[in-house]
Amino acid sequence: MNVEALYQDIILDHYKHPRGRQLLADPAGESHQVNPTCGDEVTVQVGLDSDGHLLVGYEGQGCSISQASASVMSELVAGFDPAQGDDARRAFVELMHSKGAAEPDEDVLGDAVAFVGVAKYPARIKCALLPWMALQDAEAKAGIGIAQEGTSTS
Amino acid sequence: MLQPIDVDRIRKDFPILQRTVRDNRPLVYLDSGATSQKPMAVLDAERAFYETSNAGVHRGAHQLAEEATDAYEGARATIAGFVGAQPAELVFTKNATESLNLAAYAFSNATAKAVHAPDSVDRRFVLSPGDSIVVTQMEHHANLVPWQEACAKTGATLRWIGLTDEGRLDLEALDSVIDETTRVVSVVHQSNILGTINPVQAIMGRAHEVGALGVVDACQSIPHMPVDVHDLGADLVAWSGHKMLGPTGIGLLWGRSEVLQAMPPFVSGGSMIETVFMEHSTYAEPPKRFEAGTPMVAQSVGLAAAVRYLDDLGMDAVAAHEHDLTGYALGQLEELRGVRIIGPRDNVDRGSAVSFVVDGLHPHDVGQFLDDKGVAVRVGHHCAWPTCRRFGVPATTRISPYIYNDRADIDIAMEGIMAAQKFFGV
Repeated sequence: MNVEALYQDIILDHYKHPRGRQLLADPAGESHQVNPTCGDEVTVQVGLDSDGHLLVGYEGQGCSISQASASVMSELVAGFDPAQGDDARRAFVELMHSKGAAEPDEDVLGDAVAFVGVAKYPARIKCALLPWMALQDAEAKAGIGIAQEGTSTS
Repeated sequence: MLQPIDVDRIRKDFPILQRTVRDNRPLVYLDSGATSQKPMAVLDAERAFYETSNAGVHRGAHQLAEEATDAYEGARATIAGFVGAQPAELVFTKNATESLNLAAYAFSNATAKAVHAPDSVDRRFVLSPGDSIVVTQMEHHANLVPWQEACAKTGATLRWIGLTDEGRLDLEALDSVIDETTRVVSVVHQSNILGTINPVQAIMGRAHEVGALGVVDACQSIPHMPVDVHDLGADLVAWSGHKMLGPTGIGLLWGRSEVLQAMPPFVSGGSMIETVFMEHSTYAEPPKRFEAGTPMVAQSVGLAAAVRYLDDLGMDAVAAHEHDLTGYALGQLEELRGVRIIGPRDNVDRGSAVSFVVDGLHPHDVGQFLDDKGVAVRVGHHCAWPTCRRFGVPATTRISPYIYNDRADIDIAMEGIMAAQKFFGV
């Protein structure tokens, strides 16, 4: 495992060309998460469209892993129904805690499979998880997903 | 005659420097500002204590208890001597953060006690709205947050001495920031993020001029240069053991005897008392008054061994070695395209902690590429978040060499920076 395997092309591409990097006009919930050890920041906003699908907005500043993760996440889960979004989040969290041994399911995670190498660098896992934690918190604040799970997950 | 630092010989004394990291690369440890590595002499001293003399100190009527007490108090004398202090003026704490909290809590505790028992406290430690506490904009969080807390509890106002763009204190503001309302001034001797060495004598002088007490955070100076605590002109000086080759789990607070005598206890319980009744207690003389509970005996023995190791090298030689490395690192960084040093760029009144940012790259990503070359550095805000904000950066990368580093280590770090720039195409 070398550093190039950590920074896969997909990650670099999302870092240099972030997708959907803007805030929502009328968010139902918002969460600002900070990694207090390094100062990485991300704000994630969520809402539901008229069909009950997720709207996701974000902005932030920080390292390539945290910012690419936010871009990948927003592109992936926007348009999902909340239950699908939860599935993706759980799969991503599991991937991050796999110590690099997992074989991620591209059907569930899309481009987020590129973060598999991050799991081998414990100091960077927090970077990759930051936007996903913000998504979870924003959904909880918006009351999204509560009906599906029965309890708040924040 | 200064005996120069022999890095090759010193490295042999540090077992951890023999190991490899990340695909068998030799470890290049440039993170001594976070914590230093430990020589065998320190590890041996701790182990020998546990193997031969371990027991509770200042109690027990057996031989081991006597030996352990001698080891603990002997360590205190050795460490005190290293900074020109008397043993009775030196308090052992858990770490420098606790030392600084001990100082800050003296004020908030005295202020709380003054409400119900005004005669039990020294008025110098009693704060009220209208009073001010002064720090600088380059403090480690450990010398900022405890004073914010003290203000929140007492109604005092926090003020700070700002920074110039070069990363020096704006001393033109000294006389207006520290004024008749100021009750305590707490400043860092050498910045852990900028590397700046501050003229603490002048600042302490101004503090005393207005009747304020003076505190110095010497975490990044005492490990790296000769320091006599009396020369700083402070009333209290805090630093840690683990940044000067000693173990983790031990910090220091030196105080002028008269000031320590006047301070109320911080953590209370066993060992810090004189007499105890159900209704009330009286407290031991310093330093014991501030050492509640079972102390860090083995760590004190290890730290004493670290101090002897540094003494053998000579702190003048340590400072000269680091000065050379600092100048070299500053020069090499200046040569790199797209690299900006955060902190003084001239090698004058600055220590070996050198922070920088690389255009288009986040410090985390720089650190990752350095790590890939076996180079250990710190990335982030270095527990000096307001300082980062002052310079408009979210974080920096910091190299902080010590006695076991040489110019070749700096060269490898530069290669790592260039590799990161190449990979990210910046």
